[in-house]
Amino acid sequence: MENYEPEIVAFCCHYCAYTAADMAGSKRISYPANVKIIRVPCTGKVDAIHIMKALEKGADGVYVAGCLEGDCHFKTGNARARLRVARVQKILEDLGWEKERVAMINMSAGMGERFAKTAFEFTEKIKSLGPNPISQGKIEVQAVS
Amino acid sequence: MKTESRLEKVLASGAMAVTSEVGPPRGVDPEIVRKKANMIKDHVDGINVTDNQTAMVRMSSMAAGIIIKQMGLDPIIQMVTRDRNRLAMQSEVIGAAAFGIDTMLCLSGDHPKFGDHPMAKAVYDIDSVQLIKAVKDMRDEGKFQGGADMKAPPKMFIGAAANPFADPFELRVMRLAKKVKAGVDFVQTQCIFNLEKFEEWMKGVEDRGLDKQVHVLAGITPMKSVGMARYMKNRVPGMDVPDEVIKRLAGVSKEQQPEEGIKIAVESMERLKEIKGVHGFHIMAIEWEERVAEIVEKAGMYPRPQV
Amino acid sequence: MITAEQKPMQEIIQYLAPYSKILLVGCNECVTVCAAGGRKEVGLLASALHLNSLKQGKTIDIKEITLERQCDPEYVEELTSYIDAADAVLSMSCGCGVQTIATRFKQAHVYPAVNTKFMGASLSQGVWAERCQGCGDCMLGITAGICPVSRCSKSLLNGPCGGTSNGQCEIGPETDCAWRLIWERLKELGIEGRYEALVDAKDWRPAGGAGPRKIIREDLAL
Ligand code: SF4
Ligand code: SF4
Repeated sequence: MENYEPEIVAFCCHYCAYTAADMAGSKRISYPANVKIIRVPCTGKVDAIHIMKALEKGADGVYVAGCLEGDCHFKTGNARARLRVARVQKILEDLGWEKERVAMINMSAGMGERFAKTAFEFTEKIKSLGPNPISQGKIEVQAVS
Repeated sequence: MKTESRLEKVLASGAMAVTSEVGPPRGVDPEIVRKKANMIKDHVDGINVTDNQTAMVRMSSMAAGIIIKQMGLDPIIQMVTRDRNRLAMQSEVIGAAAFGIDTMLCLSGDHPKFGDHPMAKAVYDIDSVQLIKAVKDMRDEGKFQGGADMKAPPKMFIGAAANPFADPFELRVMRLAKKVKAGVDFVQTQCIFNLEKFEEWMKGVEDRGLDKQVHVLAGITPMKSVGMARYMKNRVPGMDVPDEVIKRLAGVSKEQQPEEGIKIAVESMERLKEIKGVHGFHIMAIEWEERVAEIVEKAGMYPRPQV
Repeated sequence: MITAEQKPMQEIIQYLAPYSKILLVGCNECVTVCAAGGRKEVGLLASALHLNSLKQGKTIDIKEITLERQCDPEYVEELTSYIDAADAVLSMSCGCGVQTIATRFKQAHVYPAVNTKFMGASLSQGVWAERCQGCGDCMLGITAGICPVSRCSKSLLNGPCGGTSNGQCEIGPETDCAWRLIWERLKELGIEGRYEALVDAKDWRPAGGAGPRKIIREDLAL
C-alpha cells in the first residue's frame, strides 16, 4: 500500500479549470500525473452518474473543477455541479464510504498555480484515504480463488 | 335547567362561577386524584379533569372524574377529539353520565407531537365543534350520530374552550359564534394575561350578543416565577404573555415571585369581573392546586353559593 | 402527484443481500418528477449498488429499466422478457407500481426502493408539500380552495384550534396554519361569511373508512 498511486479523475470545465491546467503546463508548473483530466464544456454537464461511473470503474477520487462561483459561462452550471457532487457524497456516506473521495473545486482560467496546488492536495488526500474500497473486494476474491 | 350540573345552577342563579382543574396522575393511585380534588373542593363549583393533557398518557379523564364524583364533588370531564372517534366518544359520554357526571368540556386537544407518544396516530374523526353538536344531539334530541334514537340520553352541561389570543384574532369571535351555534353552554378561555386584548375580544362577543347565549369563564393562571412566564410566552402555542407581566415578576426577588404571581392573578380577576359577559373564572393553577383556595378568597369569591 | 423518497441505502442493501440478479424498475410518472424513481435515479441507485457489491468482492447483475407507468398492467407487461432472468425486482415507483408488479408476476420477489409519501404539489424546484388526502368528498369548494383535511394538522373542519401562533400551526413554525390561510382567502374573496356555516361531522366512508376504495367506470370498463 505504501507505493500506492491513486487514480484521480478531474472533470474540468473548458472555460476555467481546463484552461488553468493548460496554463500550468505552459508555465511548466508540474502537477501529479495521478490526475486524469476530462474536459467538459461546462461542469453543469457533469451528472452524478458520471462521477459514480468513474468510481465504479476504479477511480480512487473524483473532482469536478469549475469556474468561480458566480462566474459560470453558462450562469449556473457550476452551482448545479456543486449540488450533484453533494448528492454523490451523500450516496457514498450512505454506503459507508468516505465522502471526501469526491469534491467540487472552483478556480478561474488564470489560476495555473491553483490548479496544480489543488491537484497535489487532492492527490494527497486520496492517498491518505487509501484506494477505492472496491479494491478490497478484489483482494477478497483473490484470497478465495 | 337542562341538566343537574351544579355549574349550570350557579350560572343560572346569576352568580359568578368558579372552576378549577385536576390533572389525573400517570399511574393508578386514586389517592392523588382525591388529594388534589380535596385541595380545591370548597372553593369551586366544578372541577375540570384534564384528558391526557399535552398529549401525555394519564389516567383517563372519565375514570378520574368518577373518583371525584364518588367523593360527592362535581367533575367536569374534558374530552379531546384527538384520541377517540365519534363512536368511542359517544359511548364515553354515556358511561360518564351513568356515573352521574353531568358537565363536560369538548376540545380538539394538543397535537400528539407535543406529548410522550409523538409516534401515535391522531384520530380527529370529528373536531371540537362537531363534538359539541354530537353531545347536544344526544342530550336534546336523544339521537346518536349514526341517526338512531337512544334511550335515556346523557344530560350533559356542555362546555368548550375559547382562545381569544390565538390568531387570526378577528376570527376568534366568529369561532365562538360557531361553538354557540353548535350548542355550547359555557366556555372556559385560555389563560388571560393580556387584559386589553381580552376586553377587545369580549367587546366583539357582546356586539354579537353571544354573551347572552353562552357563559364565558375567564381563564386565570397564577405565575409561579418569571421563568414560567417566559416559558409560556415563548413556548406555549397560542399564549399571549405581555412584557409587562414578565417585567413585573422580574422586578421582585425570586422568593417573592410566587406571591407577585398570585397578586397579578387576583388583580386580573378584579378587573375581569367588571366586564359584561364574564360569568366566572376558570383557574388553571398548573401543579399549584394548593394555592387555588387562597386566590378565590382574595378575589372575594368565597364562600361559593349553595345551589 | 404522488411523491416519494428513496429508502435508506442500507435498507435496500439488506433487502437485496440474498440476490445477485436484480431487475431495477423505475417509473416515468410522478416519481420521475419528484426525482425519486425515474431513469436518472435508477441509474444512480444501480451504480451505488454496484459500488457496494464490488467492495464486497461480489458481482451483482442489475438490469435497469424505466417503465412509462408502473401502476398500469399494460406497461408492466414489458417486464415479461426480463423477469425470469432476475432473482428479485427492486421497484422505484410508488407503492401502486410495486403492487402492480407483484400482482402480475406471482413468482417474483419484489421490493420497494422508495417510501411513498403523499399527494402533493410542487412549491418550488425540489420542494413538494402535501395538498390532498384523497378524502373522496372534496371540500375545497367551501374552504376557498385550501384543504383543511390534509393541511390542518388536526383535520379540523370548523376553524382553527387554539394553538395557532403567528399564523403558523401549533406543530411548528414551518407549517402554515391551514385555517389562517382559509380565512385570509375567504376574506380576499369577500366571502368570509361562509366561515360561519357549521360543517357537519365528515363521512369518512369515501375517504377509505368503508374499506379499500375502487372506481368503476361502466362506460370504460368493457
Ligand atoms: S378536501 Fe379531500 S379531496 Fe379535497 S383536497 Fe382535501 S383531502 Fe383532497
Ligand atoms: S394551528 Fe391551524 S393548522 Fe395547526 S392544528 Fe390548529 S387549526 Fe390546524
